[in-house]
Amino acid sequence: MLVHSRGGRWAAWALFAVLFLPLFALPLLVILAASFSAHWSGAFPSGLTTGHYAAATRGESLQALTTSLVTAVTASLLALAAGTWAALAAASLKQGPRWSRFAGRVLDTLFVLPVAVPSVVVGLAVLVAFSEPPMLLNGTRWIVVLAHAVLVTAFAHQSVSAALARLDPAYEQAAASLGARPSYVLWKVKLPLLLPSLSAAAGLCFALSMGELSATMMLYPPDWTPLPVRIYAATDRGSTFTGAAVAVVLMAATLLVLLAVSRVRTRASYR
Amino acid sequence: MSGSGIRFDRVSVAYDGNTVLHALDLTVEPGEVMALLGPSGSGKTTALRAVAGFVRPASGRVFIGGTDVTGLPPHRRGIGMVVQQYALFPHLRVKDNVAFGLRAQKAAKAEIPGRVAEALEMTGMGAYAERYPRELSGGQQQRVAIARALAIRPGVLLLDEPLSALDAQLRSGMLAELARLHRELPDVSILYVTHDQVEALTLADRIAVMDRARLQDCGTPQELYRTPRTEFTASFVGNANLLPVTAGAGAALLGGAELKVDTGGVAPGATATLCVRPHLVGLGDGPNALTGRVSEVQWRGATHRLYVDVAGERIKADVRELRTPPGIGDQVTVHFAPEDAVLLTAAVSEGAAASRRAGVAADG
Repeated sequence: MLVHSRGGRWAAWALFAVLFLPLFALPLLVILAASFSAHWSGAFPSGLTTGHYAAATRGESLQALTTSLVTAVTASLLALAAGTWAALAAASLKQGPRWSRFAGRVLDTLFVLPVAVPSVVVGLAVLVAFSEPPMLLNGTRWIVVLAHAVLVTAFAHQSVSAALARLDPAYEQAAASLGARPSYVLWKVKLPLLLPSLSAAAGLCFALSMGELSATMMLYPPDWTPLPVRIYAATDRGSTFTGAAVAVVLMAATLLVLLAVSRVRTRASYR
Repeated sequence: MSGSGIRFDRVSVAYDGNTVLHALDLTVEPGEVMALLGPSGSGKTTALRAVAGFVRPASGRVFIGGTDVTGLPPHRRGIGMVVQQYALFPHLRVKDNVAFGLRAQKAAKAEIPGRVAEALEMTGMGAYAERYPRELSGGQQQRVAIARALAIRPGVLLLDEPLSALDAQLRSGMLAELARLHRELPDVSILYVTHDQVEALTLADRIAVMDRARLQDCGTPQELYRTPRTEFTASFVGNANLLPVTAGAGAALLGGAELKVDTGGVAPGATATLCVRPHLVGLGDGPNALTGRVSEVQWRGATHRLYVDVAGERIKADVRELRTPPGIGDQVTVHFAPEDAVLLTAAVSEGAAASRRAGVAADG
């Protein structure tokens, strides 16, 4: 911690308790409490039950969980591939002559755009772009996956380009001097050294995709309903407790996957 | 692999209009150790990177073993390279680091373990094959880096300040190792970039002295040390007293004193610079005696360094440790043998100065 005096440390803890607990922890605790209760009329919920979870882990809700997981995994992998490729391309463009360095910066900017544009707009754009043949994806699950991939690619691109900028060019040059072709250098040296950043980027993309609602709302076909849409629909028709239980399932699933990814990251970081 | 030399044919390198290497002409013979010696920013590393293929010359050609490699990418040049920061692959074990070049070049699978073991034995790292680079000390990492470069049996070995990240004691040990490696691999040409004159003098068959993007001088260590041609060489290869003198007939005039030296055809009356190595200056009377006042005394353990002001010039003398060193302000006499002094003609020095100025202009 950055505070070193005893009094200062207590003050920092107090501030943490006053700010963090009500702002971050309490809403989550309320959802957790609601997901286990039958009624909530007074200040505290009443009637402990696990019935909402029974509903939240079978039938349509279970299908929504699978949908969300498949969407998030596919979109993250697509985003990771595209973002990494773009980051590598931009980095190698930036080593060239002036026009090529300019092209590299343009590429970087293009890939950051989806962050700057509201996700509703991205959803609308994808909807309009893919509603006519020959690129008719509207009404299929692929339009949801595609929109998620577009939305999260920016994050993958950014974290990989930051890692690439920190990667010592001496590794690449040492490999080249030993007779390794650029593709061999990429697969045997650069990507393994980037693995910690790649897994961090994958985790980030996955978490963002799992929680995406606004673009999804405009695009999802009836047979491909991700969890956030289920939660929204449940609360919208007044089933707050069921919605809370589904929300807890969403949180738990996301957390579990992130933990698994972070294990990969720890094992992949050197020195 | 049979030895292949390196040839620079008027190689110039420029970054964004700044000339960092100016028309370098230099040949490294097969099996020769050539040191590129110079201060930082002198273009020596750029010259090495031009051989490796990491910089593309603005003009001129680079040859390795008689082949023009100017347009070849680094991985097709058949070089081994060791850099200052080692650049061992942190995710690979020592043996896989050493095998990297062999696998990249698709060497026969059965052959790889033997050649890896051979390279590791040569650098004394055989016992560390299963370790990761992070588990090794700096000196051990450097040995692995050398083994990795040697495993591909390159005709040309490029060493870019390979010892500068090591402490002084380790460095002298590694110097001996490198000299031994070169005796064991007499066919490998070595281009050795350094700013350390001791490394260059110890290892090199020839030294190329670089300054301000240009080659200033090239010759064997003995030539450059005993008979430097320019003031820059004299001061960068070893220590030197550089005294402004006027040439006479078989003598040089410093202030009022006449010093017997080999003028070697310098016209009487011309201004020149007299170069005398400090350790060849003796204390007391003798040939070419000069009397002056001591301005500083440094005790360096085995030697005393005396600074003596003579006729407005400060002469450095390294003498064996004195039992009773002179005090500051004392009048002392120093001398040197005529054959220990080299007269650098003004024409040569001015030429060097002019080329240095041109280098500055090109840099600016």
